Amino acid sequence: MEKKKVVEIKSICMNYHTLKGETEAIKDVNLDIYKGEIVTLVGPSGCGKSTLLSIIAGLIKPTKGEVLINGKKATKTASDIGYMFQRDHLFEWRNILQNVLIGLEIQGKVNEDNLKYAEELLETYGLGEFKNSFPRQLSGGMRQRVALIRTLVIKPDLLLLDEPFSALDYQTRLAIADEIGIILKKEKKTALMVTHDIAEAISMADRVVVLTKRPGTIKDIIPIKLSCPEDIRTPMKCREAPEFRHYFNKIWKELDVHV
Amino acid sequence: MYKNISTEHEEYIKKVKKRKKAIFITQILILVIWLVLWEILARFGRVDTFLTSYPSEIWKLFLNYTKNGGLFYHVGISVFETVIGFLAGTILGVIIAIILWWSDFLAKVLDPYLVVLNSLPKTALAPIVILWVGAGYSGIIVTAITVSIVITIMNVYIGFTNVDEDKIRLLQTFGATKLQILKKVVLPSNIPTIISTLKVNIGLSWVGVIVGEFLVSKAGIGYLIVYGGQVFKLDLVMMSVFILAIISAIMYQLIALLENKYMKWQQQ
Repeated sequence: MEKKKVVEIKSICMNYHTLKGETEAIKDVNLDIYKGEIVTLVGPSGCGKSTLLSIIAGLIKPTKGEVLINGKKATKTASDIGYMFQRDHLFEWRNILQNVLIGLEIQGKVNEDNLKYAEELLETYGLGEFKNSFPRQLSGGMRQRVALIRTLVIKPDLLLLDEPFSALDYQTRLAIADEIGIILKKEKKTALMVTHDIAEAISMADRVVVLTKRPGTIKDIIPIKLSCPEDIRTPMKCREAPEFRHYFNKIWKELDVHV
Repeated sequence: MYKNISTEHEEYIKKVKKRKKAIFITQILILVIWLVLWEILARFGRVDTFLTSYPSEIWKLFLNYTKNGGLFYHVGISVFETVIGFLAGTILGVIIAIILWWSDFLAKVLDPYLVVLNSLPKTALAPIVILWVGAGYSGIIVTAITVSIVITIMNVYIGFTNVDEDKIRLLQTFGATKLQILKKVVLPSNIPTIISTLKVNIGLSWVGVIVGEFLVSKAGIGYLIVYGGQVFKLDLVMMSVFILAIISAIMYQLIALLENKYMKWQQQ
């Protein structure tokens, strides 16, 4: 059965211009992302991963090519994309609920239904009692969870995650990656995530896309099929799967890291 | 707090409180000793009272001025000019900073002019301002504005441009307009900057008002100081300076109170 395409990335090229010259950041990237799929993007630093996300979000215009979201061209004002950053970027002067509602506020969609949905999400993911607290009172992991709910609340068709865990310490990072992986699957979200962490990429993804170094192009797309010990596939459990090590080695080789 | 505190902790608190008290008492003592010394030296003719006056005489003059209401009149005028100049300078400064933030081109174009204006002692402009605007209250208020507005523009604009780029991008991914970005992130995240600008501006506005009053006024604290100086009534000059010090300190404290309130609200 042919699944529905949420994102179609069509021969994207991106050049940066400075007075010193021109840098080719991305060269001819083609990628389709299907509904309900989590795709992770790995590649050497500076290969244009974040640039690609910004292009998909419609924040910057590519030099060549186009991105279609649900068959429509991506624009800045499209409200069907949620973007999650490295840091949570919660606003210190707003309480948790107000932080979660910022997207709806901007889109003029604060109504009873959405408010209820926001409170439900907070409740479901263990933040209900903190809705009147301020960001400074929450731990790093909880803050990142609030940031995810802030993007979920606008009901985006596509979630873009730009190294969302890299600002957290290692233990929190493992725990929150697990949680967010579960949340994404449970809410049946389509997501594209950039990461540096190969293990994280494999454990969370349905497919891993490996980019080459600058100018970034797609080197390989690896579908991940793990025989998880239980039916419920969580990122943590995935790390125990026997195939995990095999994928890890494969991606490591593809990344072709030289120090 | 905890009901049962250990004696060790109790002692610690005692020590901190004791130290605080000692600092306060010393501060008061310095003031008292200075005033007493001044009075004694004047009485015994060790300092020239024609040049320095002395506390009891200043106090007598103060009572006189309060009795006939003249003091309140002069203080009222100066406070009025300062408050208006302070508010106008701050509000206009913030508005101009918003315009500069809005148009990067304009900000780049005006940058060298702002730098020059900022390094220029604004009091040098006072005679020109008064000639242009007029010698009444308006001239003095505009002088006060010129003193505080440039630094307000620069500080607030820098605060605006220092807002985390990713916070703005976050709002853009929700489809925010520039006005929404201004209202939802740029202004609220700069409230501490604006409050600290207020603290600077209250002092600067006083500079503008006093200089303006030196030049043209017929009333106000600056007028009293100049008048007293011209007729060699040093007790009048001293009294005016004391009052000026007290009032500007009160105004500064009011702003500090506002800042405290805001910080407390943030940390609740």
